[in-house]
Amino acid sequence: MSEEFFIQGNEACAKGALKAGCRFFAGYPITPSTEVAETLARELPKVGGSFVQMEDEIASAGAIIGGSWGGTKSMTATSGPGLSLMQENIGYAFISETPIVVVDVQRGSPSTGQPTMAAQGDMMQARWGSHGDYEPIALSPSSVQEFFDFTIKAFNLAEQFRTPVFVMADEVIGHMREKITVEDDIEIVARKRPEDKDNFLPFKNVENGTNPMPSFGDGFNIHVTGLTHDERGYPDTNDPKAHHELVQRLCDKILNNRDKICSVQSGECEDAETIIVSYGAPVRSAIEAVQKARADGKKVGYVKIDTPWPFPEEQIQELCANASNVLVVEMNLGQMFYEVDRVLRNDTDVHVLGVIGGLLPTPDEILSKIDEIGGN
Amino acid sequence: MSVENKFTPYMREDRLPHIFCPGCGNGTIMNAFLKGMEKAEMDFDNIAMVSGIGCSSRIPGYMNCDSLHTTHGRALSFATGLKVANKDLDVVVFTGDGDCASIGGNHLIHAARRNINLTVICINNNIYGMTGGQISPTSPKGSFGTTAPYGNQDAPFNLAELVAAAGATYSARWTTVQIENLVTSIKDGLKNPGFSFIEVATQCPTYFGRKNKLRTPTAMAVTLKMNTVFKSAADRMRPKELEGKIVVGEFAKRQKPEFTENIDRISEEKFGKKTLINSAYEEEL
Repeated sequence: MSEEFFIQGNEACAKGALKAGCRFFAGYPITPSTEVAETLARELPKVGGSFVQMEDEIASAGAIIGGSWGGTKSMTATSGPGLSLMQENIGYAFISETPIVVVDVQRGSPSTGQPTMAAQGDMMQARWGSHGDYEPIALSPSSVQEFFDFTIKAFNLAEQFRTPVFVMADEVIGHMREKITVEDDIEIVARKRPEDKDNFLPFKNVENGTNPMPSFGDGFNIHVTGLTHDERGYPDTNDPKAHHELVQRLCDKILNNRDKICSVQSGECEDAETIIVSYGAPVRSAIEAVQKARADGKKVGYVKIDTPWPFPEEQIQELCANASNVLVVEMNLGQMFYEVDRVLRNDTDVHVLGVIGGLLPTPDEILSKIDEIGGN
Repeated sequence: MSVENKFTPYMREDRLPHIFCPGCGNGTIMNAFLKGMEKAEMDFDNIAMVSGIGCSSRIPGYMNCDSLHTTHGRALSFATGLKVANKDLDVVVFTGDGDCASIGGNHLIHAARRNINLTVICINNNIYGMTGGQISPTSPKGSFGTTAPYGNQDAPFNLAELVAAAGATYSARWTTVQIENLVTSIKDGLKNPGFSFIEVATQCPTYFGRKNKLRTPTAMAVTLKMNTVFKSAADRMRPKELEGKIVVGEFAKRQKPEFTENIDRISEEKFGKKTLINSAYEEEL
């Protein structure tokens, strides 16, 4: 039997985490994400889980990586300033292949910015925030239902690829209330434990790139380090080939599985001359703008990016193949715009409606912009 | 040239030789740790080690147990998560003065405040060795380092006292020349069901020694020995008399509720739930 709830986005995120099997949350209070922590502080003890309020966001990221190696699905939630502090440890999670989920309820920025106002200014921080080469996975919900669904999906992807996964929400989705439906047959991906204790190589260059993961105490006696390491996990920092192979495998295990990870939704694209590309909360305005445009006989469609990272370039190229104009709508001055432009610029004019200040772009603002760029 | 050490079975032999400099105190401290571990009758297979960045933090990499070599300063936050996720593990943290007192200072006082059951071995060589001899938050006033070419002007932290004040249930300081006391202290720290902090004042002839006219390991060891004052005697001495001295002994030894036990207690008493272990491997919870 499915169940229905009328709840806030941040509560839905916490509910999704519990459903996905998250039993450890470590975090630090920050607006507008705090309700995720508050909900889990209340709910985790009821299901045999643990909640810790850490001393800062650096410690929060460290604690969930430790928790994950302790055999528990682990998560933190934060906003831009906290995400900035977490970056070094997030990089550690990439190179040590530690599944964790990092929820970012984005607010006006840079710096302390607008704590209570919505933004999507951290999209490139999710992509490039930690130093070095890596390929992140990020999901971007556009409704309370999706905040629930995508949090579960984030845990599943984290386990499937032994990697950190971001849920890039925003203040609008975090604080709005909507009805969600919790189905009774939700797919949950459990962690795979290796079998052969004597010959297991935790960082082996396997064909699909991802090894099973033992937990500490299982008897595998493994060494986990942020240094460049060999297949056993032992530091190997001076061999150019070892470094290249490791980092390439970490990137390839995501890039070669883009067909399994990337997700977009679309509407009215088949005959559209103008296509709106958006993600997160602004998608809601984009869809209404398309409906209004269509009512006026204008050929406008939309593409909603569910997974900003890895960037779903093939899907976007395919859906926008016949459009003459593409308008990227986002709550920053243009971040994902550069990705859309990168993959479409040879065939299409790509424009941006970048709105900052904290208010969701309205359908009418989007329609005016379409008029301005000469779309019809 | 290799002589079988009785502790070799605890080590990852395929990682030897280690990277420590000749005369470094790390080997002595590894030895003392394993001796204390045996005296405490710990199950080595149940030990998980966590470390940050620096010379001391390389120790877990040579031990044949689960080991998490983390980011600079953050070992205690990773260890907190690991211990909370699986409180049955005996979690030991190896860290140094730069790692835990400078970049990781906040995590140190908060882990002590929580009284989480971790055993921390802080190897204090008063200098950054891995990066080549810069002064640290425990460098004595007036000592020299590559970043204090005219002498360090800052007052050093008294780590064992700081951690005791922050709430640890066990805090002690010894040096690499008081092995038996150090072994006993490590044993007591491992057995203490709370936050245990054992600071070991050690020699770094390569960097601290070179910069401070103590070039040989022997010269450094003699200095450590000469400067040592037992806490019971130090308690009766004036601050002026204690300048430049290393006070050794126990700074905290008490009992308080432990952090992960508190988490368990709330789950059990309020909701009748046991804290799950290794739940990531379950499809349904």
